Amino acid sequence: MGSYIPSSAAERSQMLGAIGLESMRDLYQAVPEQMLVSSLDLPEGASELEVIRLMQAYAGENRVFDSIFRGAGAYHHYIPSIVKSVIAKEDFLTAYTPYQAEISQGILQSIFEYQTMIAELTGMDASNASVYDGASAAAEALTMCRDKKRTSALVASTIQPMVMSTIQTYSDGADAEVIRVPELDGRMDIEALKSLLHDGVASVYFQQPNYYGLFEDAQAIIEIAHQAGAKVIMGVNPIALALMATPGELGADIAVGEGQPLGLPLAFGGPYLGFMATRMAMVRRLPGRIVGETVDVDGKRAFVLTLQAREQHIRREKAQSNICSNQALCAMAASVYAAAMGRDGLIEVANQCHSKAVYLNQAICALPGFEVVHEGEFFHEFVTRCPIDAQLLMQKLEQRGILGGLPLDDGNILWCATEMNTKAQMDQLVDALKEVAR
Amino acid sequence: MKLLYEISAEGRALSLLPKLDVPRAELPENLRRTSPARLPQLSEIDLSRHYTALSKRTHGVNDGFYPLGSCTMKYNARVNEEAAALPGFSRVHPLQPVHTVQGSLRLLTDAETMLCEITGMDRMSFQPAAGAHGELLGLLLIKAYHKHHGNVGRNKIIVPDSAHGTNPASAAMVGYQVISVPSNAEGGVDLDALRAAVGEDTAGLMLTNPNTLGVFDKNILEITQIVHEAGGLNYYDGANLNAIMGVARPGDMGFDVVHLNLHKTFGTPHGGGGPGAGPVGVKDCLVPFLPAHQPIKLDDGYAFEDAAHTIGTVKSFYGNFLVVVRALCYILTLGREGIPEAAENAVLNSNYMMHLIKDIYPMATDGICMHEFVMALEPLKKQTGVSAMDIAKGLLDRGIHPPTMYFPLIVHEALMVEPTETESKSTLEQAADVLRELHKLAHDDPESLHQAPIHTPVRRLDEVGAARNPRLRYAFPEG
Repeated sequence: MGSYIPSSAAERSQMLGAIGLESMRDLYQAVPEQMLVSSLDLPEGASELEVIRLMQAYAGENRVFDSIFRGAGAYHHYIPSIVKSVIAKEDFLTAYTPYQAEISQGILQSIFEYQTMIAELTGMDASNASVYDGASAAAEALTMCRDKKRTSALVASTIQPMVMSTIQTYSDGADAEVIRVPELDGRMDIEALKSLLHDGVASVYFQQPNYYGLFEDAQAIIEIAHQAGAKVIMGVNPIALALMATPGELGADIAVGEGQPLGLPLAFGGPYLGFMATRMAMVRRLPGRIVGETVDVDGKRAFVLTLQAREQHIRREKAQSNICSNQALCAMAASVYAAAMGRDGLIEVANQCHSKAVYLNQAICALPGFEVVHEGEFFHEFVTRCPIDAQLLMQKLEQRGILGGLPLDDGNILWCATEMNTKAQMDQLVDALKEVAR
Repeated sequence: MKLLYEISAEGRALSLLPKLDVPRAELPENLRRTSPARLPQLSEIDLSRHYTALSKRTHGVNDGFYPLGSCTMKYNARVNEEAAALPGFSRVHPLQPVHTVQGSLRLLTDAETMLCEITGMDRMSFQPAAGAHGELLGLLLIKAYHKHHGNVGRNKIIVPDSAHGTNPASAAMVGYQVISVPSNAEGGVDLDALRAAVGEDTAGLMLTNPNTLGVFDKNILEITQIVHEAGGLNYYDGANLNAIMGVARPGDMGFDVVHLNLHKTFGTPHGGGGPGAGPVGVKDCLVPFLPAHQPIKLDDGYAFEDAAHTIGTVKSFYGNFLVVVRALCYILTLGREGIPEAAENAVLNSNYMMHLIKDIYPMATDGICMHEFVMALEPLKKQTGVSAMDIAKGLLDRGIHPPTMYFPLIVHEALMVEPTETESKSTLEQAADVLRELHKLAHDDPESLHQAPIHTPVRRLDEVGAARNPRLRYAFPEG
């Protein structure tokens, strides 16, 4: 049996004796007798070597693809070695939320640096210290915009489906209405948006680039929403932000997104990172931790959790959100990632993603039956038709060691390319498509 | 020390990516941002030294004793990190076909089976990313249950006054009104107050047992029965499960839904504030409402399933998967003997440490405590002017992370101490000696404690100034 209890058996009985008890079960006098468990139906404890073998067995039953053309909310990017080594440092790994600022300056400063990075990427004034993931960030952003008069939200149908379902679940909980704005040729139908807006709408949410990889007409959406007095929330891809017009520049009120592309592994869906940024006017409505700069009694620069009057441990049921633990170590990974890539490096990652997606798009769409579905600019994802059953196509690609694009409900395929896909891999994919779709 | 942005120098970079091997494509002008994000420009050694310096200004469990009450800062085993880093876990896309992720699905269902055994529940969802997220899900399930059964008007959640702040905050997120019930003299729920509080408008009760005073409520069966008889459901906040895991089960106490904190009880690291995991276990009555994409074992392998009346999702995909990997490692290591042994030793350590200081520090409750105890420093403050905060800051100078301060709210000048089972007898004795030294100092030289800490990288901070004039990001020099 494995154990992490350092005291020896002799020391434990000395401790028991010191408090005047005879057996461990005496510690549980307050627990009703009939409730005490006699034995758990669990395996016997195991040694470290046995445990790692068991874990290798689980991991071995998963298939790891080297050639991945699937995104749809989780993206395959290169993670620099320095990212993994920094977040493995035990002090960062094993610390709690930095309530005791004097011995937590390392974590606090790293969050401050992260907040600065998110503010720069989004073009916003301020960011929080992270939330659970992109979907919960979107749902929390809707909550930020609601007030007594305005409770509904208009949400583009062109967003990632799990973000949609999470928005729906949170809003159902709060008894707040969510109305889906229909799509037209893969983008939000602007005329429909106009007709759905009314003075009870608190926010309009859309994703840029959207689920199909396409750029929405952000300027028009923001202008129309603001005219109707609604706030605008933009869900954004952080790699694309290195290139594309920012929520800040475009005039959005809140920017949120999935931070996984910034140095976090695919990891079967988590842990990931939800980022949230806004303008100073709304900063006190942000959920979660926020770090601010201050000074200590000697006038030395220092960092501290601030604006805590929004939070659950102070405000209880009147809090802005219930969030407590967030994704701090993932935020640190994102921070190290962005610093390692640097100003020009992140632009290069984004440009390689875009360039490769354009190359792949041209190559695939030249094949009979794989026509592009939507016209217009895209970032690193696009949708094509599929001349045969999409699931069957995927099986055939899988036999060639390729994880193809994601089959959508309508039989089309959502493809993704990143800097990880070499030209050789893409050419192989195209050759394979020629063969299997014949 | 300097910020990343202050050590940045024009033209520095790491060499990370190969040259682009396809023609370069540019976004059209109208879609592009007007100026680049001002990310730092650094070399690898700049980064390495920067983060090493930051890590030295951070106190983790590996640095020293961390008796932070209700946070269960136990040792985080290294093998768990090694398992989480296996490529078969870390390099798997969440939307791969199910036949290529059988290992992940088997792992999740095995972890579910074992955690259901430990908690006495029927099914478990791993979707929530943290304890508070689990609370939100648990309450959404309760709400869906009442709605499904046509129980209109059940919109009140009963929460004891000793509860964590997340309980009322979570209740408010699902539109529930919070009814606070007082604690009795022993620190448990006041049964008469509870009987008076329940009624046709009761959606449920949220309870931590043992509670934040470190007291196991001996009336627990009566409490859950009162709520059930009124038509409500019982929610177990698993923050303090470390006291009783393998010894007693929430499912046997009458709870219908429970959340766990894998980053507390099951040995996964806190990471400076996450990622954690807050799985939610339910009794059969709530299974039809579980979140979508529930892993399930079928005759021919593993798959995902959506419950008949699923509430939807509370996040993307299937939860903080790599955290569940670590927690399963922990459970497999301890096994059926080790799980209760950990709980027993957590309670033993807590009682032993309390025993070493209770002659000079009054405690919030009498008798045997569970995994944590609450020191009540109001008399000390009246006598010497030294507050709970001053004692906490004195601990910082002596290499000990302070206990949770000013919580629970019902104890004045509270310090809530949770040693955990992974601290040795000698560590507890050293910590008790330090607390005795600080007690003496409070009488002999209180000013020195008002000034503490003096040996930390920075000293007490101007928190009021930080909130009044928020500076939440680095201000780049003009021009």
